[in-house]
Parts: sequence; C-alpha cells; structure tokens
Amino acid sequence: MAQHPSILLKNIKQPGQHTLSGYESRGGYSTIRKVLKMEPAKVTDEVKTSGLRGRGGAGFGCGVKWGFIPKGNTKPVYLINNADESEPGTFKDRVLLELDPHLVIEGMLICAWAVQSNWSCIYIRGEYGYPYTRIKAAVDEAYAKGYLGDNIFGTGFKHHMVVHRGAGAYICGEETALLNSLEGKKGQPRLKPPFFPAAIGLYGCPTIVNNTETLAALPWILENGGKAYAAIGTEKSTGTKLISASGHINKPGVYEIALGYPLLQFIEDECGGIRGGKKLKAVIPGGSSMPVLRADELAGVNIDYESLVKAGSHLGSGGFMVMDETTDMVEVALNVAHFYAHESCGQCTPCREGGHWIEKIFRRIAHGDGLGGDVQLVESICGQVAGHTICAFGEALSWPAQAFIRKFPDEFKHKIGDALVGIRSKRESLNFEYEGAH
Amino acid sequence: MTVKLSQAAEDKIEEIKKRYPDVKSAVMPALYIAQEELGFISDQAIEWVSQKVGMAPVHVREVATFYTMYYRKPVGRYHVQVCRTLSCAICGAKKLTERLRQRFGIKPGEVSADGMWSYEEVECLGSCGTAPMAEINDTYFENLTTEKLDQLIDRIGKEKPDLRYSTIKDKIGDGLKDCQKSEVVKF
Ligand SMILES: Cc1cc2nc3c(=O)[nH]c(=O)nc-3n(C[C@H](O)[C@H](O)[C@H](O)COP(=O)(O)O)c2cc1C
Ligand code: FES
Repeated sequence: MAQHPSILLKNIKQPGQHTLSGYESRGGYSTIRKVLKMEPAKVTDEVKTSGLRGRGGAGFGCGVKWGFIPKGNTKPVYLINNADESEPGTFKDRVLLELDPHLVIEGMLICAWAVQSNWSCIYIRGEYGYPYTRIKAAVDEAYAKGYLGDNIFGTGFKHHMVVHRGAGAYICGEETALLNSLEGKKGQPRLKPPFFPAAIGLYGCPTIVNNTETLAALPWILENGGKAYAAIGTEKSTGTKLISASGHINKPGVYEIALGYPLLQFIEDECGGIRGGKKLKAVIPGGSSMPVLRADELAGVNIDYESLVKAGSHLGSGGFMVMDETTDMVEVALNVAHFYAHESCGQCTPCREGGHWIEKIFRRIAHGDGLGGDVQLVESICGQVAGHTICAFGEALSWPAQAFIRKFPDEFKHKIGDALVGIRSKRESLNFEYEGAH
Repeated sequence: MTVKLSQAAEDKIEEIKKRYPDVKSAVMPALYIAQEELGFISDQAIEWVSQKVGMAPVHVREVATFYTMYYRKPVGRYHVQVCRTLSCAICGAKKLTERLRQRFGIKPGEVSADGMWSYEEVECLGSCGTAPMAEINDTYFENLTTEKLDQLIDRIGKEKPDLRYSTIKDKIGDGLKDCQKSEVVKF
C-alpha cells in the first residue's frame, strides 16, 4: 500500500482531538498566531502557490477566489464555511467537523485574516446533529479562550463565528442558494455571472464561500509553505484529498490520498477490494452528480482532477461509490434520478420538470413498461436541461442520467426490448416501492 | 393569537438574533426552536417566528415549506428516516424500509395509532460508508441490518430514550445506553 502524506487526518484518531486542549497539545493554533503577523496579501499568495483547489466539487483555485474581492472594497467581508455536505456518496466533512473541529476553525481564521473578514459562518447540514454539537462546542471553547471575539489572540483583530444549521435541502450546498438560505429566504440559487459571491454575496457584501475540507488544509499550507503542498500530488492537482469510499467494497470509509493515485490501486489496497470476491462493474468517482465509469474504462486512470476528466468524469467532492457485477444499472439510474427529481429547488422549469420526466422514464423501463424511443427521449431531455438552468444542478441532474444510458446501453435496450415483445421478467428492485406511491 | 413559548426559547432566540449581520438570518434557528417546543410548525408557530424576526408570515411560511426538516404536521414521537440513496440502496436499504412498513403497519409519512412511530425515506445522510443506515429523530444508527433495526425498535419502545437534538441547549439527547451517538467511519 502506498504511503500517503497525512495533512487532514493526521490527528484524527488522537484521543481528545476534538477539544481545544487536545488540539493545542499537538501544535494546534500555533500557525494562526504566526499568520496574524503576516501581511494578509502574503497569506493569499502562499495559498496561490500551494495550488489548493476547492474541495466542494468545482475545484476552483482557492487563493485565486480570495483575490476576487473588489479592490478598495469598503463593505464588510464575510466568510462562509460550506459544511452542507449533501452530495450523495460524500461524508468527509463530517469526519473533520466531528473529530477535528478546531482544525476547521483554525483554517477559517487563516482565511479570515487573508481576506480581512470579521464575521464567518459555518453552514452545516441540518441532519448533522452530532457533528453540530462538536463544532459548536469547539467554537464556544475558542470564544472562551479569546481565540474568537473582538480581540483574537490579543492582536486587536476581531472575528466572530456562527454555526448555522441547514434544514434538509441538497441545493443549499450550492453557494448562492446557501447565501439566500442564510439571508432567511428559500434556498434557491442566484444567477451568476455577472456577480460572484466574492464581489456581491451575503447581504450584498463580498463573501468567500469555501468547503470545509478546503479550509482544513490551510493550517498545514501556512505552516509548511505553499511550495511544500504543491510538491504533493500532480502538477495541476496538488496536495491530498479526502475520498469517501462506499458501496460494494470491503473497507468503506474516509481515506486521505495524495492526488494522482491510481484508481484501481485505491480500490484494491485502501478499499480492500470488492466485497464477496465479486467483480467490479462501475465506479462513480466524485459524488452521484458525476458520470459513472465502467470497470473497463479504469485502467491507467488516476484520482485527480485532470485524469478523471480525461476518463470522462470528474473528481467532484470525492464521493467514491463502487458497484459490483450484480448491480442492475437501470435500477441505479432510477435511484439517482429520483434524488435529483426530489431535490430540484423548483426555480428553473427545465430542471423542475425534466428531473421528474427522467425519473418517470427510468421507472417505466425498470418496471418492464419501457417504450421504443425512451433512451433517446432521456438524451433529449438531458440536452435541454444541462446548460439551461441558473445553477449547475442542471448538469448534476443530466450528466449521471446520460452516463448510465451511454455506458450501459444494453441493459436499457434489453429491458425495453423485453417490454416491447411482452416478456415480463422478474424484477429485483433496488428501491422501496409500495402501492399508491408514484 | 400567537402561542407562548418557554422563557428559555425566548431567551435563546434573542441571543441568536444578535449573532448575525441581519436578524432575518435567524428565521431558520427560530423555526427549529418553535418546532422543538411545539412538535411541528403550526400556523401559530409561523406567527411566533414572524414576530421574532420581523418577517411577514407568508415569507416565514415559504421558508418553512421549502426545507424538509420543518414538519408542517405532527410526526411520531420517534421518527425513523431511512436513507434511500445509492450507497445505502445497493447495500440493502430497501429491506429496512420494508421491515418498518411491516412492523408499524403504516405507510411512509403516516403516524402509528399510539403516536409513537412514523417513518419515511430520505436522501443521502452523509453516512454512506456505514450503509445502510437510518436516523431516528436526530441520532444516526449505522451499519444496520433488519435484525439490528428490530432490536433497536424494541429497545426504544421499552426505554423511551431521548434521541432528539435540542436547539435550545445545543445538545443531542442522552440516547440509548451503550449506543454510540455517532459511529464514526473506519480509517
Ligand atoms: C447542486 C450543487 C450542490 C453543491 N453542494 C455542495 C456541498 O454540499 N458542499 C460544498 O462544499 N460545495 C457544494 N457545491 C459547490 C459550491 O457551490 C461551491 O462551489 C463550493 O462550496 C466552493 O468551495 P470550494 O471552492 O472550497 O470548493 C455544490 C454545487 C452545486 C451546483
Ligand atoms: S447514501 Fe445513504 S448515507 Fe449516503
């Protein structure tokens, strides 16, 4: 098994790491003390040098984004830690919030200093009750110690931090929906461009939104230097990434890998191979919004931004879902389509309607009632949704649906063909269904 | 007429309001506080929240109906939410929901006659590595099988533990003895 640098999970198993004293006993909060003596622009430069890219899904350069705050800005600058973590297959931020919450806070303070923000908010998904208690307790402890408040670490710098619970809406992970939600509105995304949150965000003020994992990497980067971080991983995918591995594998869990690590080796070594000695059928490498990859497409593919794009998918949030040879891809397509139909915020017609149409078509194919042109119909709907919505949910809905029908055409054809000639084969449904449900 | 909530609830919302750049941000926490005391978001709860945060009731209603975690009608004392999304589904989540249906004799969204139980299917809860799983009130139970689920329900029925998250106390209930509050993923 390869040795991976341990940046994010280094102390995760240490007893008492979630407490301030535990965190400090292992060197915690020493980096921020040094950072507070640096020129803020130097901090941003260091992060630019590190090549750190956003871990929330889009992979946008972290330091570059901070640089988008308008020059000569006179309004307050806000910082949001996006801990909404609702992309199916992703459960890495939860580990950080629960087991190393002070690492997250220190990362946020580094960002706050760089962008000169006096107020930040951790937007945590509502279902994360226990992780909430951990991060909230950590924030309270930091306040009590003077690490948060009007005069942090006695430097005169003011920074206040709030933990805000979401209430069960996937779309609130999208940064502008999050901002609307935080302003007390429905969580529906805003149109961008022309204005990005870094220019016009929360209550019209410049706002930096970063994912929890992105922020948690900052203490290491500022402690060891951007160059040291950039030396890990590949040229364009620097550093380490948390991979949430789930599905038909022997050892599901959260793993920290150096980017550029061979995907098949990850399944064999880290994940312990496929459960029950079965064969690998498919992998969704970046959360369910990203296109599925067939087993035969995986040779030579590495886990990093570029290699996965070349293979026809994306690293996304690193939600790594593995399926074995017994998996029925029509049922999987239906399961995923249901998620997106359910989670559309309802703002844009193509997404609100299209999601349900796709689910309906996959359902009738799965039930043995598929029609001749159904696969083409799904293609056509996907083409009309992707790129025609306010936020990237349109793509998140279309990409997986398209990938299932393109990568596993025979399974769809087979079920539709049987339906056309009146064969009713026994169905092993993946989803709970009861009379009167749909 | 607006309902009266406890003094603790009133104090809490006043304290929360001060934390944000604008009080409107407090609408979600206020809804949680109201729900904790009233069991669900009734019309009076909306009235109360609207007064606290200075928003029109219609806007509070918009928010309350947009999110799935605000209940517009009562749920069971124990509300079981089974994750139905992909990783849980391919690891057998359907069997859990079927078992609940069989045991409680009700459909998703309904409440058992004694008011004790309700259940529904929900989307990915961020526990895919310990699939299949379910959340009961605000507590996660992971790596479930139908047998484990049966034992769990038997115990809850007998011991009646507090599995709720308290918005007022920022704390999760004491829960079942010997049951971890969060069974954290393996490394
Ligand atoms: C539909 C949708 C859902 C998203 N969900 C999340 C999420 O749960 N967590 C997250 O950090 N980013 C999510 N994002 C990405 C955010 O919009 C944003 O890019 C990210 O939080 C920026 O932080 P980063 O640059 O550190 O990744 C989502 C985006 C879309 C379009
Ligand atoms: S798929 Fe069930 S918790 Fe993520």
